[in-house]
Amino acid sequence: MHMDDTPLDIAPLARPAVDADGEELTPLHPNHVKVLRVQAVLTAIPFVIAALVLESAGLLPTGAVLVPVLLLAGWFVLRTPLRRYIAKGYTMGDDRLRVVRGVLFSSDSVVPFGRVQHIDLDQGPLERMYDLATLTVHTAGTHNASVRLPGLLNADAVAMREAIRAHIRRDTL
Amino acid sequence: MTEPALSEPRRTAPVGLLVKALSGLRQSIAGMAAGIFFLRDQGSIIWVALGVIALVALVQLGVAWLQWHRLTFHVGAEDIRVESGVLARAARSVPYERIQDVSLEQGPLARLFGLVEVRFETGAGGADDLALTYLTVPEGEELREVVRAQRDGAAREIAPEAQTEPAPAQVLFAMGPLRLFTFGVFEFSLAVIAVLFGLTQQFDFLLPFDIWDWDYWRGQLAGQSAWLERLGMLARVVSVLAALLSVALLGALTGVVRTSLREWGFTLERTDKGFRRRRGLLTRTDVVMPAHRVQAMTIGTRLLRRLFGWHGLSFVSLAQDAGSANHVVAPFGRLEELWPVAQAAGFAPPPDGAKWHRASAAYRFDSMLISGLLAVIPASVLLGLGQYGWAMLPLAIGTVLVTGEWIAWRKTEHVLDARQVIARRGWLAPRLDIAPRVKLQSVDFSQGPLGRWHGYGTLHLGLAGGTFAIPGVSVERAQAVRDAVLASIAQADFSELNRG
Repeated sequence: MHMDDTPLDIAPLARPAVDADGEELTPLHPNHVKVLRVQAVLTAIPFVIAALVLESAGLLPTGAVLVPVLLLAGWFVLRTPLRRYIAKGYTMGDDRLRVVRGVLFSSDSVVPFGRVQHIDLDQGPLERMYDLATLTVHTAGTHNASVRLPGLLNADAVAMREAIRAHIRRDTL
Repeated sequence: MTEPALSEPRRTAPVGLLVKALSGLRQSIAGMAAGIFFLRDQGSIIWVALGVIALVALVQLGVAWLQWHRLTFHVGAEDIRVESGVLARAARSVPYERIQDVSLEQGPLARLFGLVEVRFETGAGGADDLALTYLTVPEGEELREVVRAQRDGAAREIAPEAQTEPAPAQVLFAMGPLRLFTFGVFEFSLAVIAVLFGLTQQFDFLLPFDIWDWDYWRGQLAGQSAWLERLGMLARVVSVLAALLSVALLGALTGVVRTSLREWGFTLERTDKGFRRRRGLLTRTDVVMPAHRVQAMTIGTRLLRRLFGWHGLSFVSLAQDAGSANHVVAPFGRLEELWPVAQAAGFAPPPDGAKWHRASAAYRFDSMLISGLLAVIPASVLLGLGQYGWAMLPLAIGTVLVTGEWIAWRKTEHVLDARQVIARRGWLAPRLDIAPRVKLQSVDFSQGPLGRWHGYGTLHLGLAGGTFAIPGVSVERAQAVRDAVLASIAQADFSELNRG
């Protein structure tokens, strides 16, 4: 089941300076924002329910618990997914994969294909609905041994996996 | 090999469901016991127990069937692909070049049903290996042969080396009894006091008096101190010193005994297979670390040892080799003794006149500011309360912390030489880490909110079996290091490095 993937108009929102070395970063698929939004809603629901329960208990003046919780939930559902989407990007080079992510704590990881041990392609139920997939490359390192790249179109992710594999094969011949 | 069955996705053996259900039963014993306990009034205990067990077994079987139905593996032309997942689909692909070996394991239950667990070992360490639970034994062996054939066919032809007689082992580092004794003294340990304390807690009923009766002890000390007062101040000082000395002696003795037991006959040799380390008195250990698995080295020391010039050398090796990835190869020696060992593993000392890079000035300012704030806040609270005397304490602590941050900044530096990344840090107990760039796995630059504001971050160099992090690097320097590391990595593929 596919949701229609109208591209988001993100031009008015400024991109943070993630590509500090002037490299053009490929943004993720716009459907990723929808996935993040739905995840935020699902995470917020228990908290809203708990706030409602507390409200009905009547310990504090009406609205003292519910209003902040609703405001926070609104922030996380409406504003945060878009910011997280904008802060993510990747570059698929000839012999390396670079993934940039993070709003407050940004992280810029480069994995050369020659160091990739194995490749995972995962689709959660939410991602399957929007035809997205998460590509994870594993290295032999202990810290940051796996680098995740969510929000890719399934076909793109498969193509990237094949490209990485072809490179590994070429390298060892 | 042209097996037509290879090109289709296959499922694991159905009999494996039974084994999974049984082992699932074993794991949920606690839950079943709780269930039986809660339902014990519903009828005869036997029927209740049987009912609960049957229900749990059915649920386990159902879940296992669902997972089995969804798990397929595919022996492809270039990789092994395993697809699984009911709600969340996962596809893991392991290229043949990365598979070191295929191992077949049989637990007792699996052996009963003629099943085997196939594990594809990559170089990365056991935790993340691809495993297919429960194929039948013939299927498992066939799969192993196929994978080995594919892998050997895909790999370069490695010319068979002429079998020369193995070179005699060369002793790189050894510790005799005198060195062990010195080592033990520096491994001062008050562990025996903790043990004695624990023993008294357990066995205090055996003592003729109540050891926890404070009044009794106060009476004893009152008697003693009255006698001491007669002797005067000097005697009191002497008695305190004697008590401290006896504690010190006890600690040193414990250290010597523990160290001797652990490191007796320590010998490090360079054999043609790698580095061989033997040590131990009661438990003799004999470990060989293949030379090509050494990923990085560390020379470290502690405060007191450094004053006398003693350092220790350890290698970071691929996590597969032993329980702990950090292998101590020369725990206690002079620097002149340690460097030949490091050079035997291919490490080069930092070149003279190298240009060392420190963390960025903004990082220094931020860390000094944060430790200053940690002290200023309680100090201002105390000043606000009017406790001028007490407010001096956090201020003094704060000054020490801030100075410590400044010294730490001065002493934390790194450099890139022809082939390696070298980092050193610490003032009282300095530490030197060296990693050859070609053995690194990935480069990660992470910035917290302060770092993004002021233009610095932590550079994490991926290391197999350890960590190599350089904090406070400015953005430009991080670029430069990253480019150098990636250029070195591009020169060799990891499978080649691992084949030795």
